[in-house]
Amino acid sequence: MAETKHRSFPRIEFTDSEAGALEFPSSKSRTYNYYQPAKLRATMYEDVTVDVQPDPDRHLTQGWIYGFGDGPGGYPKEWTAAKSSNWHAFLDPNEEWDQTIYRNNSAVVRQVDLCLQNAKRARAYDGWNSAWLKFIERNLGAWMHAENGLGLHVFTAVQRSGPTNMINTAVAVNAAHKMRFAQDLALFNLDLSEADVQFDGSAHKEVWKDAPEWQPTREVVERLTAVGDWCELLFATNVVFEQLVGSLFRSELVMQIAARNGDYITPTIVGTGEHDYDRDLSYTRNLFRLLTRDEEYGETNKVLFGEWMATWVPRCLAAAQALQPIWSQPADKAVTFAASFDAAKQKFRSLLEELGLDIPKELDQ
Amino acid sequence: MSRQSLTKAHAKITELSWEPTFATPATRFGTDYTFEKAPKKDPLKQIMRSYFPMEEEKDNRVYGAMDGAIRGNMFRQVQQRWLEWQKLFLSIIPFPEISAARAMPMAIDAVPNPEIHNGLAVQMIDEVRHSTIQMNLKKLYMNNYIDPAGFDMTEKAFANNYAGTIGRQFGEGFITGDAITAANIYLTVVAETAFTNTLFVAMPDEAAANGDYLLPTVFHSVQSDESRHISNGYSILLMALADERNRPLLERDLRYAWWNNHCVVDAAIGTFIEYGTKDRRKDRESYAEMWRRWIYDDYYRSYLLPLEKYGLTIPHDLVEEAWKRIVDKGYVHEVARFFATGWPVNYWRIDAMTDKDFEWFEAKYPGWYSKYGKWWENYNRLAYPGRNKPIAFEDVGYQYPHRCWTCMVPALIREDMVTEKVDDQWRTYCSETCYWTDAVAFRSEYDGRPTPNMGRLTGFREWETLHHGKDLADIVQDLGYVRDDGKTLIGQPHLDLDDPKKMWTLDDVRGNTFNSPNVLLNEMSDADREAHVAAYKANGTKVA
Repeated sequence: MAETKHRSFPRIEFTDSEAGALEFPSSKSRTYNYYQPAKLRATMYEDVTVDVQPDPDRHLTQGWIYGFGDGPGGYPKEWTAAKSSNWHAFLDPNEEWDQTIYRNNSAVVRQVDLCLQNAKRARAYDGWNSAWLKFIERNLGAWMHAENGLGLHVFTAVQRSGPTNMINTAVAVNAAHKMRFAQDLALFNLDLSEADVQFDGSAHKEVWKDAPEWQPTREVVERLTAVGDWCELLFATNVVFEQLVGSLFRSELVMQIAARNGDYITPTIVGTGEHDYDRDLSYTRNLFRLLTRDEEYGETNKVLFGEWMATWVPRCLAAAQALQPIWSQPADKAVTFAASFDAAKQKFRSLLEELGLDIPKELDQ
Repeated sequence: MSRQSLTKAHAKITELSWEPTFATPATRFGTDYTFEKAPKKDPLKQIMRSYFPMEEEKDNRVYGAMDGAIRGNMFRQVQQRWLEWQKLFLSIIPFPEISAARAMPMAIDAVPNPEIHNGLAVQMIDEVRHSTIQMNLKKLYMNNYIDPAGFDMTEKAFANNYAGTIGRQFGEGFITGDAITAANIYLTVVAETAFTNTLFVAMPDEAAANGDYLLPTVFHSVQSDESRHISNGYSILLMALADERNRPLLERDLRYAWWNNHCVVDAAIGTFIEYGTKDRRKDRESYAEMWRRWIYDDYYRSYLLPLEKYGLTIPHDLVEEAWKRIVDKGYVHEVARFFATGWPVNYWRIDAMTDKDFEWFEAKYPGWYSKYGKWWENYNRLAYPGRNKPIAFEDVGYQYPHRCWTCMVPALIREDMVTEKVDDQWRTYCSETCYWTDAVAFRSEYDGRPTPNMGRLTGFREWETLHHGKDLADIVQDLGYVRDDGKTLIGQPHLDLDDPKKMWTLDDVRGNTFNSPNVLLNEMSDADREAHVAAYKANGTKVA
């Protein structure tokens, strides 16, 4: 007969350690009291985000205890030329934290997954004409590189450098959006290459690397990744590039013409990227509005952002204009490049007005 | 998603990277390592399409358990002795977590392998999850536990407390200095692969034994992400090993990272587990036994030792010395006594030890009573205000310790203390290895080669310096460790909340001047200093 193993387990004891069991000093102190919430009651987002990244200007008394070989450690404010009298005033309007990140992105994953399953079941790709297949193969294929490059080498990079946890976390979520979207496009590409249609799933590499219409876009993306100033990088990407190139391609072209070319799948997927950008633009707008309205530094920031635009607007306009030939590629040319470009420029103007920035003269040329 | 389709999908997403020709990504964070000859090592495959729903499901289970804990009145059965220590632990840990997120671009910058970049970016999101889910757990404790004081000022307290600073290097070490030293060896190869076992597995087990099943719920969920992080770290380590020039740096960094993790994590988690529990079953594993299982067997023997086949010299001596410090030199007991000595400047309460505790300690660590028993009896005797000062200012045969300049845990194993003049300042170190870390490893030259990217030790490293010569009551007030009546301290050397007369106030601690051992050491003449250090080291801690 097998020997019975001695079981040992801790004993639970009733301790009456619940809130309210006794009254004593601070027994009712049940809010985080080291920061001032934006409204009367702290939000979940504020409670789990504010001051988690310490700051010598707030509560950090011993300073940063590790430094770099060539400069201070932590999160120096000098890592950008932009200035704020209170970086901590920035709060992410999307209030991103654990639950929102996974809930929102999982919802998108389910939407895309269902869409792709339905496409296979309905043999949706069989109905696409060859010009449209070629358009998706080349252009959406090229674009996914841009999304991935920005995700990894712009947003993932930037989230190390901002001076507050609120900025860095918003940017980290932006990075996750970009990577998820890039991968969704790649896996869509994989589905198409496995479908019974004429689709070269590897053509995107050559297009992104060598096709003349895409080289100025690739150049801007690569030059963006080379920028050291995190705030310039965020501005140049989310304010300038995304408006003049990203939205131009996604909103003003793909979303407008896909249905007319018999494609109800692509808009569902690209629409998720548009939805992401809408959220990401929302935090970006709040951050830069804070900087342009800063009582102490607002005017110098505006000058600085003007300088950044002088660098990036011409590059992005050149990239946008180089893309013009792809407007002619689909069989049904539902919109003209001129109309799309005007719409993108108009939205960019509106954004700059919201930020209180002057409209660059290049936009009118 | 099937394994086959996952492999295919993963292969597809690797097509997203390209070799830039117009400009290359900015190198914000340098490294002295080189990866020119590195073969591309493939990390654990993970794509966003499966990642987000998987994590959402994990979240659902965590938040469901939280709701259940509230509905089931978990706090009726939580031990205050345990939960008080969570005020310290949970003030620290969200920062290392978010620092790990911030460290990922450093590794991406340094390692030219797009397949790893994807895994590192996913880890970044994991770490945002971990940091915010832990902040939320703490909020739940603050809302539902009998004494919210200390939880309510958590991130401020973390940033101005002597123990918070010890913990902070566990985060700052991930994000500063040489990108590979910080984001790979220190963070992933040592902290995540070795020490999350005690942090996120052993400690939550103890929480459950003390009536708290939410800590295990949250931290086991966190730990379930770590296997991917370990895979990221191992891939980069193998790539680094491909180049002979990296070997001295790897060996340097393994020594530093191993030792610093031991000093910091074993100090904190050892104390929480041994002194925060009410579970005194003799067959419950002690921290030393847990360490043997989780660190020595699972990490050292299964992970570190096999690296020798790549020709890497691993720090056997430091693994043995860490073990010796825990088992023979009373490291954890010394740290617990130090924390308890400093109770007025804590933002948590520390329970006294009872006969039952004494018996358990003596059974697990023979000789414990003769070394520490009397002191804890004094702690108990001096627990209430009125007739005595806080124990740090009473003669109980305990000299307030010097702080280690490197790991910032005090030099508690006194015979091992190293005193040296470094950068024109007399500094004390808990061990030869911590001295080496400051004087040799964290320098711009190592072993005759330039190491410009290596980090530096900076800041006001001795917390006591900031408060030198001040009255204890003023220090407590300046730190903000006062309850909402404006006079009662948050920290108390007991758990009695039912009688206001037992609670220490600012007036009770006023009149005691607090001095910095390091400031005093630097004011001494050479002869006085030598005598002082000799006496300090003679007050050794070896258990007879």
